[in-house]
Amino acid sequence: MAKITYIEYNGKEHSIDAAPGDTVMSAAIDNLVPGIDADCGGACSCGTCHVFVDEAWLDKVGPPGEFEEPMLDLNPDRAANSRLSCQIDVNQELDGLVVRLPEFQF
Amino acid sequence: MTTATGPNTERQNRSLAGRDPWTIPLEEIDLAHPGIWQANEFLPFMARMRRDSPVHYCPNSAVGPYWSVMKYQDIMTVEAAPHIYSSEPTIGIVDVLPEYSLPMFIAMDPPKHDEQRKTVQGVVAPANLKNLEGLIRQRVGAILDSLPVGETFNWVDLVSRELTTQMLATLFDFPFEERHKLPYWSDVATAIPGAGVVDSYEESLQILQECLARFSELWRERAARPPGNDLISMLAHGESTRNMPPREFLGNLILLIVGGNDTTRNSITGGVLALNENPDQYQKLRENPALIPSMVSEIIRWQTPLAYMRRTAKCDTELNGQKIRQGDKVLLWYASGNRDGDAIENPDAFIIDRPRARQHLSFGFGIHRCMGNRLAEMQLRILWEEVMQRFHTVEVTGEPTRIYSSFVKGYTELPVRLHPR
Repeated sequence: MAKITYIEYNGKEHSIDAAPGDTVMSAAIDNLVPGIDADCGGACSCGTCHVFVDEAWLDKVGPPGEFEEPMLDLNPDRAANSRLSCQIDVNQELDGLVVRLPEFQF
Repeated sequence: MTTATGPNTERQNRSLAGRDPWTIPLEEIDLAHPGIWQANEFLPFMARMRRDSPVHYCPNSAVGPYWSVMKYQDIMTVEAAPHIYSSEPTIGIVDVLPEYSLPMFIAMDPPKHDEQRKTVQGVVAPANLKNLEGLIRQRVGAILDSLPVGETFNWVDLVSRELTTQMLATLFDFPFEERHKLPYWSDVATAIPGAGVVDSYEESLQILQECLARFSELWRERAARPPGNDLISMLAHGESTRNMPPREFLGNLILLIVGGNDTTRNSITGGVLALNENPDQYQKLRENPALIPSMVSEIIRWQTPLAYMRRTAKCDTELNGQKIRQGDKVLLWYASGNRDGDAIENPDAFIIDRPRARQHLSFGFGIHRCMGNRLAEMQLRILWEEVMQRFHTVEVTGEPTRIYSSFVKGYTELPVRLHPR
């Protein structure tokens, strides 16, 4: 199990126990964390599971992938620590991960 | 439509309307023929194709051979591969002569697509929409309060068309008293010559030149002023758009007008129809208006206001066992994927509190995903919130009249009568 903390735009925190096999997106959806839509269901094709990765975790999470980059790039809120949470696989290394949610999904 | 002459008569003869979808030879199915769409007979043909020929080849149509991709997952596969399936030269089935086709980013591949889209998408981004919500609600309320209660009237004209027209005028900051030009230009831009709106591509281009001229005036006005929040100002000041050649400017305008017009208009009408065909869902809505956001997604899935998008293979490739050759036209039938039982449970049912209601294909996926999706959802949400406050039932009193098009899936007429709360 890996504990993941989602911080909503309004500051409200949700800590979830996620398991290997989950993604940061699916763990949020399964636990009804608001603020992630995931319209494409995890196919890296809609950009509606956008999160900002806490700076301390950037190295462990890593940069966006080849197909993720163009989806992120079309998002006006995109920042240096932006990722699509459906593309972050949960593993033990990510125990304690903190991500922040944007004000809007696009 | 029956009086159409010339090539259209030939098209009419090829219509599948009235043929048995379950016994017709597969190669005779020409799903892109507008006839079965206007006749509202497309659903069983799509079901047959999903079952027997999910990546289907139509060797003979009035506009040449083409592939049809029918299953949700196959459509997703194509959407995720713009390097194989190009959006150039166009996203409609007809290869229009270059002199009649307008450059627009919906029909561009990266990197130009990305540059141009990024310049204009801010205006329909949620942060900007938040500021528009009050104005939209006020305008929706005014439209609904002006409706003739107790009389039969055409919902398409008085509500769907009027509301989307006002929204477009708002987004462009287009002179409000001239707003009715906007849906006219949209209709001209998507019309098949000979089907009632225009007689030829020459005529439609001529009319669209008037559109360009009017917008060019507005462009010059806005360019001379500090940047504003309307679309024309954004285009006039945007780094990658301010030196846009006139044809490209016109192309982008038409894209935004069409994108924000027919689609939302037809979803507004489709929602009334769906609720009338499913009175149990209408009752559920009356008992729980909090379901409106989820219902909005379901309406957009159920209606699928654009039936397909076209891609063109950039190289030889394979899709679900079929060999597709470089240059082949590939139609992604969102209207079919949205009824695919392998992806969506009980897909032919209209269920306003459907789980995962947002997972539908109507906005497309990938880099070309609908830019105005949040605006469309917001318009529909506000409309239904305001409708439910005023009316017990928007009753459909007769058959709708459907558009003669396999691309824009919609209505010209829906007779209704209002029953106040």
